[in-house]
Amino acid sequence: MTTSAPKTNRIGLTLADYKGSPSTLCDGCGHDAITSQIIKSFFELGLSPHQVAKLSGIGCSSKTPAYFLNQAHGFNAVHGRMPSIATGVSMANHNLTMIAVSGDGDTASIGLGQFCHLVRRNVPMIYIVENNGVYGLTKGQFSATADLGSKLKTGVLNELPPIDLCGLAIELGCGFVGRSFAGDPKQLTALIKAAASHKGTAVLDVISPCVTFNNHEGSTKSYKYAKEMETPLHELGYIPFFEQINVEYEPGSVQEVELHDGSKITLKKTEHDYDPTCAINAMKTIKQAHIDKQFLTGLLYIDEQKPDFTSLLRVGEAPLATLPEEKTRPSKEVLKEIMEALM
Amino acid sequence: MKTLVADSKEKLGKGKIVNDFSIQVATVNGSGSQSSNNVLMRSIFQMGIPVSGKNLFPSNIAGLPTWFTIRVNKDGYIARKAEIDILVAMNPQTAIDDVKALTPGSVCVSPVELKLDAIRSDVKHYQVPFSELAAKASDNLKLRKLLTNMIYVGVVAELLNISHPEIENAITKQFEGKAKAIDLNLNAVKLGREWAKENLKKEDAYTVEPMDKTQGKIIIDGNAAAALGCLFAGVTVVSWYPITPSSSLCEQLIDYLKEYRIDKETGKATFAVVQAEDELAAIGMSLGAGWAGARSMTSTSGPGISLMSEFAGYGYFTEIPTVVFDVQRVGPSTGMPTRTSQADLTSTYMLSHGDTKHIILLPGSVSECYELSLEAFELAEKFQTPVFVLTDLDLGMNNWMSDPFEYPTKPINRGKVLDAAALEKAGKFERYKDVDGDGIPYRTLPGTDHPLAAYFTRGSGHTEKATYTEKPEDYVNLMNRLEKKFNTARQFVPKPILSQSKDAKVGIIAFGSSHFAVEESRDELKAAGINSSYLRIRALPFTDELKKFVTDHERVYVVEQNRDGQMRDLIALEMPELATKLRSIRHYDGLPLDASFVTEAVIREEKK
Ligand SMILES: Cc1ncc(C[n+]2csc(CCOP(=O)(O)OP(=O)(O)O)c2C)c(N)n1
Ligand code: SF4
Ligand SMILES: [Mg+2]
Repeated sequence: MTTSAPKTNRIGLTLADYKGSPSTLCDGCGHDAITSQIIKSFFELGLSPHQVAKLSGIGCSSKTPAYFLNQAHGFNAVHGRMPSIATGVSMANHNLTMIAVSGDGDTASIGLGQFCHLVRRNVPMIYIVENNGVYGLTKGQFSATADLGSKLKTGVLNELPPIDLCGLAIELGCGFVGRSFAGDPKQLTALIKAAASHKGTAVLDVISPCVTFNNHEGSTKSYKYAKEMETPLHELGYIPFFEQINVEYEPGSVQEVELHDGSKITLKKTEHDYDPTCAINAMKTIKQAHIDKQFLTGLLYIDEQKPDFTSLLRVGEAPLATLPEEKTRPSKEVLKEIMEALM
Repeated sequence: MKTLVADSKEKLGKGKIVNDFSIQVATVNGSGSQSSNNVLMRSIFQMGIPVSGKNLFPSNIAGLPTWFTIRVNKDGYIARKAEIDILVAMNPQTAIDDVKALTPGSVCVSPVELKLDAIRSDVKHYQVPFSELAAKASDNLKLRKLLTNMIYVGVVAELLNISHPEIENAITKQFEGKAKAIDLNLNAVKLGREWAKENLKKEDAYTVEPMDKTQGKIIIDGNAAAALGCLFAGVTVVSWYPITPSSSLCEQLIDYLKEYRIDKETGKATFAVVQAEDELAAIGMSLGAGWAGARSMTSTSGPGISLMSEFAGYGYFTEIPTVVFDVQRVGPSTGMPTRTSQADLTSTYMLSHGDTKHIILLPGSVSECYELSLEAFELAEKFQTPVFVLTDLDLGMNNWMSDPFEYPTKPINRGKVLDAAALEKAGKFERYKDVDGDGIPYRTLPGTDHPLAAYFTRGSGHTEKATYTEKPEDYVNLMNRLEKKFNTARQFVPKPILSQSKDAKVGIIAFGSSHFAVEESRDELKAAGINSSYLRIRALPFTDELKKFVTDHERVYVVEQNRDGQMRDLIALEMPELATKLRSIRHYDGLPLDASFVTEAVIREEKK
C-alpha cells in the first residue's frame, strides 16, 4: 500500500503545519472542538502562520491558543485584558491577522469593559468567545452569560439575567457578529473563515460545553441542550476569493454577502428567512430568542462598510513596529526650531 | 549669598532690591489670568533675568482660588521661594488671608475697593481702580474680566520697571498671529502702566534691571520636555487616559507628533495614539504594542499607576519593553490632584504582586525630563522590560528655565531583536535563554518570516523555550535570571550626579524636583558654616556611587517629598550596615520644596 502525500493548501502547507501543542484540557471539552475548527479554517484559508498573532486572556478557553498554529506568535494576557493587548498589537503591526480566544468569564465578567471598547474601536481581529456559562478553570462558578434559571452541578440556581455578547456587540457597532456551537463544525468553520475576511472586529460567541462543570441536566450550555435546541438561522457557506465558483441556486433561496477581501458568504434560507444586514432586525431576533428560550445560531449581523481602527489611525502600509529611525526621529533642525520657539 | 535674615533686613531698609524677589498673583481659576502671568514672567526673562513660574491651582474648572508665583533671581535660583515679596491680590475670596500671610515690608497691589490697607499697615499698598480701568479697556463685559489681568501686568511693569518693548514681545509671542488680541491686550497693559505712572508713588525697594543671564535659555514645563524626549526617541505607539498632572504630557506629545511625525512623502502618520478607556487598558495597549515591536509608552499619575499594577508585573515577568510615565501628585486615593509629591517611589519600584522590581528613572530638571525620556526607551528595549519615569507635578506642570536640549548623539538601539536573517544564522532560538551571560535574552517580533521565530508569551511559569512549566527549578532559574538582568541594569541606568565639597562631613541625597531647592540650600548652609556634598540619584536600581557616597560622609541627609522617607528606606534596605548614617528630611504638604525648608532641617539636626 502506498501512502499518499498529505493534502496541501494554496501556500503548500499541510494541516499539521497549523497545529499546536497537545491540549491539556478535559477530554471532550468544547474548547478542543473549537481549536480543531480553527486549525482547519486557517489551513483551508491558506494563511501564513507567521503572519498571524494569536491572543487570549485567562481561563481554560484562553489556554487554547497554545494548541493551534505553533508557528504563530502567541500572547496569553492577564484575565480579562486581552482586548487592550490586541489593540496595542494592532497599532504596532496592522498587517498581522489577529485571532483571539477568550472565555465567557474572561469577556463577559472581568473583561467586559475592555471587550466593549475593543468592539467600539473596531480593532481588526477575530474574537472568539468559548462560552460555557461557567468559570471552568476556577472550578465551575457561574459566569455572566449563564442563563436565567440554569443550575450548577451543586444545585445552585442562577437568578441573574445573562449578558448576551452578540446583542452587546451589535449595540456597540460591531460589523460581524455570529453565534455558533462547538458541536456544529460545518457552520463554525464557515463563520471563522468569513470572520478572517472581515475588516474590523468579528465577534463569534460559540457555545462550548464544559464537560466537567456544566454539562448536566438543568444546564443550558450542555451538549445535550445545545444539540437539541440549536436552530440555525440559515445554512451558511463561505467561498474564498481565491476559489470563485459559480453555483446555481434557486432564485431567492440564497443571499450572498461580499466580504472585504472579495470572499463571499452564502446564506441559504431556512424557514426563518433571516436578513443579517439589518441591526434592528438582529437585535429583535436576539431578544425574541431569549423570550422563546431558543438557541439561534448563524451570522446574526454583518456590515462591511464601517471603517476599522487601522484606517482611523491614518498610518501607512508598513507596520509602525519596524519603521526605520529616519521615519521616527525628527531631524536636528526640528529640535532647533522647537528650542528657538521656547526662547 | 544672602541668608533669609539678611533678606528681610534689606527689605525694610530704603535700598533697592534688584532682580531678587517673588511675585504672587492671586486670582480665581478660569479667569484667564494664565496668559497675563506668562507675559509678566516672559518679559522679565527676556530682560536677561532668571525666572521661574509656579502655578498653584485647584482641582476644579472655574471659580476656585489659584496662585501664580514668579520667582525672579539674579543668582539663578529657580526653586520655590516660600516668602512672597509682591502680592497681586486680585481674588476677593482669599485677599484677606493672602495679605495676612505677607512678611512686613512686602508689597501688595490690589483693587482699591478691597481696602486691604486696613488689614496690614506694615505692608506697602498700591491700590488700583481696576474696574474703572477695565471699563476703559473694553465695552464688552466678558472681555473686561480678561483684560483686568493685563491691567495688573501694566501696573506691576511700571512699579518694577519692566521694559515695555519686552512686554510687547511677550504679548506677541503669547497671542501669536492673533492681531486683534495683541492690540487689545497691549492697550490694557498701557492703561495700567499709565495709570500707575500718574497715580502711584514708588515706595518700595523692588525693581528689575537688565542682565545677560537668560541669553539662549528656554522656558518649558517638564511634561512638554518629556514629550519632546518621546518624540525624538521615535515613539510610535502612545496610549493614555487623562489624569492631572500627567495629561499635558500626552497632549503636548500629540501636538508635536501631528506637527513633526507625518511622513512627508506619503502624508501618513508614523505614530498611533489612542485615548484608552482606563489605565488598565492604557498599559495593556502599550505592552501589546511593545511586544509587537513598537516603541510604546503610556503616561499617568498615582491612581492610574495603582490600576496598572497587574500588567506592570506581567511586563516584568514576560519581558516586554514599554515606557510608563508617572507624573506624581499628592496622596493615597484621590489625594490632592493638583499638588506635588514624590510618594509613588516605593510602590512603583515594586509595582505588582510577586517578586517584581522595575527600572525607574528620576529626572531632576526639565532638561533631564527630555534626556531621561529618551533614555527610558533605550533601556526598556535593551532590558526588555517596562521602564518607569517618575516626575512630579512641580517638574511636570510648572515653568522652568533651562539650557536648550541637545539632539541625541546615539542612534536608536532596538535591543536584542532577531529578524529572519539573524534567526537563520543562529540556527536556533530560545526566547528566555541567557545566551550572553548578562541576563538579557533575545526576542523576535510577530510577523517575522522564519520557522524558528514564533514563541508563546505567557504570564504563567515558563521555561527558557517559553513553554509552560510548574517545575520548581524552572521557576527559580527564571527568577534568578531576571535578578541578574536587573543587576546588569545597574551599570546602564543614568548615574547619580555628584557634587563633592572637599572635607565635607555632611552629605545630602535628593532626587527629582527637589534638586533646585537642594542646590540653593547648600549655598545657604555654606553661608551658615555647613559644608556639604550632594549626590542626586537619577535611577533605580542603585549604582555603586551611592554606597561610596554614604560611606564617605559622616551624616547623610536624604531629602524627599513624601511622609515615609521612601528613598531613605530603600537605601537602608540595600545597605543596612550604613543605615545609621541616614537622616531623613521629608516635605509632604503638597507644595514644591523650597530651600529654607532643607536648610532649617539640616541646621536643626547639625546643632544637636
Ligand atoms: C485577576 C484575576 N482574578 C481571578 C483569576 C482566577 N481565574 C482564572 S480563570 C477564571 C475564570 C475563567 O472563566 P472563563 O473565561 O469563562 O474560562 P473557562 O475556564 O470557562 O474557559 C478566573 C476567575 C485570575 N486569573 N486573575
Ligand atoms: S474544566 Fe471545563 S472548560 Fe475547563 S477544560 Fe475541563 S471541560 Fe473544559
Ligand atoms: Mg467559561
